[in-house]
Amino acid sequence: MVATDKPAYKVVGTRPVRPDGTDKVTGRAEYGADLRLDGMLYGAVLRSPHAHARITRLDTSKAEALPGVLAVATNADFPRVASGNLNLGEGTANPMWLVDNLLAGEKVLYHGHAVAAVAAIDQHVAEDALALIEVEYEVLPFVIDVREAMLETAPILHDDLRTAVRAAGVAPAPDRPTNVATHLRLEKGDLDAGFAEADVVIEREFETSMFHQGYIEPQNGSAFWNQDGNLTVWTSVQGSFATRDQLSAVLQIPVSRIKVVPMEIGGGFGGKINVYLEPLAAILSRKSKRPVKMWMTREAVFQATGPTSATYCRVKIGAKRDGTFTAAHAYLAYEAGAYPGSPVGAGAQCAFAPYNIANQVVDGFDVVVNGPKTSAYRAPGAPASEYAVEATINELAEMLQIDAMDLRLKNASREGTANAVGAPWPTIGAEAVMNAVKNHPHYTSELHGDDVGRGVALGFWFNGGMESSGTATVTADGRVSLNMGTVDIGGSRASHAMQLAEVLGLEMDDINAHIVDTDSTGYNGVTGGSRVTFQGGWVMHDLGMAIRQQLQERAAGLWDVAADAVTYDDGSVVGPDDADGQPRRMSFKEIASKLSNSGGMITVSATSKRNTQGPAFAGHIVDLQVDRDTGKVTILRYTAIQDVGTAIHPSYVEGQIQGGAVQGIGMALNEEYVYDDQGRLRNSTFLDYRMPVANDLPMIDVQLIEVPNPGHPFGVRGVGEVPIVPPQAAIRNALYDALGVNFYQTPVSPRVILDELLPKD
Amino acid sequence: MTTTSSSFIFSATINGEQREFLADERDSLLEALRERAGIRGPKEGCNNGNCGACAVLLNGVLVNSCCVMAAEVTGEQITTVEGLATPEGLAPLQQCFLEEAALQCGICTPGFLIASTALLAENPHPTEEETRFWLAGNLCRCTGYDKIIRAVLKAADQTA
Repeated sequence: MVATDKPAYKVVGTRPVRPDGTDKVTGRAEYGADLRLDGMLYGAVLRSPHAHARITRLDTSKAEALPGVLAVATNADFPRVASGNLNLGEGTANPMWLVDNLLAGEKVLYHGHAVAAVAAIDQHVAEDALALIEVEYEVLPFVIDVREAMLETAPILHDDLRTAVRAAGVAPAPDRPTNVATHLRLEKGDLDAGFAEADVVIEREFETSMFHQGYIEPQNGSAFWNQDGNLTVWTSVQGSFATRDQLSAVLQIPVSRIKVVPMEIGGGFGGKINVYLEPLAAILSRKSKRPVKMWMTREAVFQATGPTSATYCRVKIGAKRDGTFTAAHAYLAYEAGAYPGSPVGAGAQCAFAPYNIANQVVDGFDVVVNGPKTSAYRAPGAPASEYAVEATINELAEMLQIDAMDLRLKNASREGTANAVGAPWPTIGAEAVMNAVKNHPHYTSELHGDDVGRGVALGFWFNGGMESSGTATVTADGRVSLNMGTVDIGGSRASHAMQLAEVLGLEMDDINAHIVDTDSTGYNGVTGGSRVTFQGGWVMHDLGMAIRQQLQERAAGLWDVAADAVTYDDGSVVGPDDADGQPRRMSFKEIASKLSNSGGMITVSATSKRNTQGPAFAGHIVDLQVDRDTGKVTILRYTAIQDVGTAIHPSYVEGQIQGGAVQGIGMALNEEYVYDDQGRLRNSTFLDYRMPVANDLPMIDVQLIEVPNPGHPFGVRGVGEVPIVPPQAAIRNALYDALGVNFYQTPVSPRVILDELLPKD
Repeated sequence: MTTTSSSFIFSATINGEQREFLADERDSLLEALRERAGIRGPKEGCNNGNCGACAVLLNGVLVNSCCVMAAEVTGEQITTVEGLATPEGLAPLQQCFLEEAALQCGICTPGFLIASTALLAENPHPTEEETRFWLAGNLCRCTGYDKIIRAVLKAADQTA
């Protein structure tokens, strides 16, 4: 069902070298930690050694007295901030809790929680100063496991927290302290009637670990708070404007007093939306009157930023003998870390998305624990709930003796069927992806060898929309200078420039794509949610059409013909034939050279907040082999199939899918958070938090399905999120094929496999 | 920068150029390059030798500059990513990384380019498996390595 009506594009669908490529292969690209400013100080942060403790004494005087130390900051340096709700695009933040997360207030709530910050003449002096800060703690009982945290007897993190119930028909929660911040419910149809219709009912439960985004560039943030009251911040974040808004909320200064300058960003995957260091650098700068640069140690990145929620998920599905799903229920408990705000809501909406199930209920619980405040991570919330559903379906297929892909196809969501909240799906590629999996040579090939297995799983993600803006200026030499406010985390300069070039009939290299600061273009949401090339593409369309309109008007004036007699065709303005019968035509370059003398240069701006996102579906196939002596799993072959709408730059589309799949492989097999019996994180290095390396993997084969999004000028759907969803279940299902063992947790590390395979005492 | 008793004159040949500057005896080679010499191509990803983003060539040998003390390398030859291109243009590896879309965010790219340079110097025509093993000390979180491996193999193919 690959779309056959895709227009013939000149630029879209080609693979040019990205505009920022040369800077990034020569070491010239400036990331946040590469910043140098005259008089710059270096900041460092003291962190809690305890999982949960009351701070009974905090004395920074000795650190302040150390020569070379120019400022020290604690929670007391922040203004008092009221509870509220700040929309960050992918998730929200309560400024009151945000301040306490930046620098602990009365209590530390997790190992690595920031307690104080210093600014000094160099890094070594700053680190020396940290050792001079005196903190006394009253250590408190802690809880890290999400189900333990939900018990009435659990240690309580926040005395004033009460459960917000967002579930019709569920009684309000009792008025007593709890760690359960929210209970939400999605409901459609009649669950009991649906299960009563079923011939077979299956119920399974699953646990997933916290997983870190694992970006290679640690968080950083630099600030200069000028004595005129204006604050400038340089940082590597996914959202310059989201950072500005958070700074405004926690520092209580207007947004117009803050300029955020986006530096190149070394990965984020959702983990670089919340602020960590920028407000500390700002306060240290205000106190020292000097610019302050900060960056995080890798240990702190693991302890105190990121991860995604550890979860407990229970899934129940009812089906008729012929495979028709009659009812489904999911119970999803997601830990949020130390402050409320897990992505359980999105997990709930995604859980059964690939399937058309008339009767379903999803209960979601947002639970605080003594761990780092979770943040968005690629398709936030979706990997855990969909893993549980895809694993359960694999077992159901075996019970019903129906091919796992046939069972999925029989129940596939399609245009017009209702999603989890009862709304009809737009044009989607769920069925196209499922058919592509079923017919893929990988799926139909023979698998040979000892202890080998094959698994499949599907994935879904909404893809976000949010808001994008841009400004374009036609230059006298016939090119376009493009200012954007969405940071380029993996090729969006290219994807934007290509779309604008397509509208204008130019080459990508004719567009000079720049990422500019928050004072230099309109509002832009975060780079995330798989929304940037989608919404930015709309902005490029609007900018390009506005430029075309103005060029047509200029040409009409130059030719002295009616404006509506001039059209735009393939990079040229075209007018009616002249008196001699010769065609009137001027290329973009020709008319650009005449702009100055025909009314001035052309600059246009556009903002788009369209709500016509294209949901994305993916299907992954994996072959693997298990070493029974070591528990090591080798990925033999991996195929990722995805409906991408239209691939603007296919190489970067493939790259997003390959990278997302490999992150999911890490979740499935190796990555996990290991806390000891004191609640201390024991694996906060890249050696011990075991992300996939080059020799863990084969090539990741990608098949792009293009079902264009009708809500986008080029059919873009957004690509980057959904590939992280299928791997955990695909690998788990392949392990069953290889070993005949169903695993109910991720990661399925060598230790977990050996526990199953080794003889029991 | 305040001069303290712990400072010393760092002296080495960096990317073919003799450089001398003040450093602290507690500086790693990475810190000295980045914060004292202004050579910021090598990146800090972990500061303990696990990620390879800070990779440089020390007398032609691949090292993680975060795990070498600056004071140890006085008088040595150091090559960073800034030293790979020539006045005539990009090195073949750099060109292949661009053509194969072997970078997304680009933070690990300097380390991969340096490590790949060391690989091809030792083994001009590596197999895919040899390339994957050699580059196992460099972490990339964006690409899943696929296009990086292809870029390195393509650069090797272009070498006689």
